[in-house]
Amino acid sequence: MNRRALWASLVILGLAVAAAGCVDPRSQSHAVYVLIDTSGTYAREAGKAQLIINYLLGTLQPGDSLAVARVQSRSFTEKDIIAKAIFDQRPSQANAQKRAFREKTDAFLRTVQGSAYTDITGGMIQGAEFLNETGAGKKTILVFSDMQEELDKVTIRNFPISLKNIRVIAVNVVKLNTDNIDPRRYLGRLEAWQKRVEGAGASEWKVINDLERLDAIFAKS
Amino acid sequence: MTSMRDWMIWPDNIVLSVLVLVLIAMVGLYAVRAPMHGIIRTAAYALATALRLAARWLFAAAAAMKERNKAVLLAQGRREVGQRIEREFERVGILVTRDLQGYPVLQRKLLEAITRIEEDYKKCGEVPPPPPDWVEAVAAVAQIKSGGGEVVEKILDEIRQSVGRIHEKALGEYRRAYEERHDILEGALPFWRSIDATLKQVDKKMSDLAENAETVDEQMKKYRQIAAKTDEAESILSHSAFTQFNIAVIVLTIALGGAFVNFKLIALPMSEMVGAGDYITASLRTSEVAALVIILVEASMGLFLMEALRITHLFPRISNLSDRARRRMIWISLTLLVILASVEAALALMRDMLIADKQALLQSLAATAPAASSEGWVGRIPTAGQMVLGFILPFALAFVAIPLESFIHSARNIGGSMLADLIRMLGFALRVLGNLTRHLGRLLVHFYDLLVVLPLMVEHLVKSLRGGRAAVSRRRLDSTGELKS
Repeated sequence: MNRRALWASLVILGLAVAAAGCVDPRSQSHAVYVLIDTSGTYAREAGKAQLIINYLLGTLQPGDSLAVARVQSRSFTEKDIIAKAIFDQRPSQANAQKRAFREKTDAFLRTVQGSAYTDITGGMIQGAEFLNETGAGKKTILVFSDMQEELDKVTIRNFPISLKNIRVIAVNVVKLNTDNIDPRRYLGRLEAWQKRVEGAGASEWKVINDLERLDAIFAKS
Repeated sequence: MTSMRDWMIWPDNIVLSVLVLVLIAMVGLYAVRAPMHGIIRTAAYALATALRLAARWLFAAAAAMKERNKAVLLAQGRREVGQRIEREFERVGILVTRDLQGYPVLQRKLLEAITRIEEDYKKCGEVPPPPPDWVEAVAAVAQIKSGGGEVVEKILDEIRQSVGRIHEKALGEYRRAYEERHDILEGALPFWRSIDATLKQVDKKMSDLAENAETVDEQMKKYRQIAAKTDEAESILSHSAFTQFNIAVIVLTIALGGAFVNFKLIALPMSEMVGAGDYITASLRTSEVAALVIILVEASMGLFLMEALRITHLFPRISNLSDRARRRMIWISLTLLVILASVEAALALMRDMLIADKQALLQSLAATAPAASSEGWVGRIPTAGQMVLGFILPFALAFVAIPLESFIHSARNIGGSMLADLIRMLGFALRVLGNLTRHLGRLLVHFYDLLVVLPLMVEHLVKSLRGGRAAVSRRRLDSTGELKS
């Protein structure tokens, strides 16, 4: 009887440990995809993007993922990813990766050149693909742009996209000259993006223009 | 759906309808009054009886539990006092063995000293030989008159001279003898001192023995009280258990603080070993669990060490091991503890390095000038402090076994006592509830009678009228003398 009870206890303990061990480590990690708009006049703002990248490098933990990509005339391509990393589980290795990541993005931002068109949608689709591949529990696309999409005649982006369970945060959405003339254009642009992003299944849409409060990126709304 | 108006006999006259309905209800209720009283009384009685039975059972259970608690408490007390007496006897035994071992030497020393002093005393008692008999002859010669002539004078002078010489010689001998006696007495002085010191030593040992005997007596008195299962012994032991419990809780809380500091020291560097991104549950990192496990293993090693050293007695199997096996266990647990402490010290160092690395990274990301780090030994104090803490805390945690044992033993008594009180309170509450139910039954009976007050009044009236008529008829019968009640 005692032996049976012992075996039962062992089995229960084993099951409990197995159940506890079943938590997928990736489900607790965070993946961030940063889109940097390099088109037209917004290319001048690229320097500020470094602030965001630095903040992310300082905040993301070992096991998290980070990718930085530029938004060009057509951005649905891996070639536009400037740097990407899945940080090592060991903090010391992760720190080394972060240093290398920073050097890579620094080099890119020093030599950034403006593009003719702005394909934000293509960048988002690419970002969603990357984030879904990481299998992270929390997925975020940061769009460093004025959110003014301009496509050439050949590029097709007017179809439904999927951003399921992805948070989309627009950062440093500067006002254009035309926005200053008619602010409704700016507000309308943001509203249209919100509608599109939420329609694509995004879990959250947020706009952060004040780069002093970047902590709002990871804050729950 | 039925409305109130459907119930009205005369919908236009609600008051009258209600009045008639109430009257009908009263009559109906009056008709079933006796069975309803029965139902209420039976239900209340059944419920009250069940509650009282439950209360009685709880009181009995509480009494049994109290008795059991008392037995456990007394058994624990008996064991503890028994161990203390055993220890006292061991101490007395050691004292007696040690002193008795030295006692023959001490006795020989004392006897030698006494013999020597006796000899000296005897020597001191030896008086110099008495003056010779010729003293009387001299006295007779001295009485001879000097007018006897020159020859006589010459003879007398020679006699005087020789007597003087003899006198001086005798005096010298006396002086020498006294000097010798003084020397002997002086020589005996160290022996007296030695005897004094030896006696003092004996006296001290005897008083130590007496003190130990007193302690044994006290413990024996306590033991007898416990064995007699007196209330006084129970009260003392219970009070002692409460005190032990409180002290153990305080010490364990302090130890928990130490364990928390220990955890903080090794949780971060453990992520370097098992990964920082691994989670066991949604919010529990593997590195944190690993750090916790290390701390618990250290505490377990400490527990085994204390058990093997027979300081604690949580595992009878360990304390019953042979001395050889126990010694092996001591060395194994101590070695593991030292290894774990060294690992912790290394982890503490790694933690410092990781924090420094992270700090450097953040500074480089913030593009600010690095903060001036304190160079030299001052800058290394926190690192050294962390390492020392990492090494010491496991050993400090090892001693948790002692308050833990006190906590476990006293918690049994406190918990049992509290549970017994709780059961008694519950029993009391059930008894009160049972009484309330009984009274509620009576109240409901009266309330029921209140509902049928009008028919009851009629009944009383009828009964009194019948009673009056019967009384009148009885009186009539009495006056005629035909019938007597």
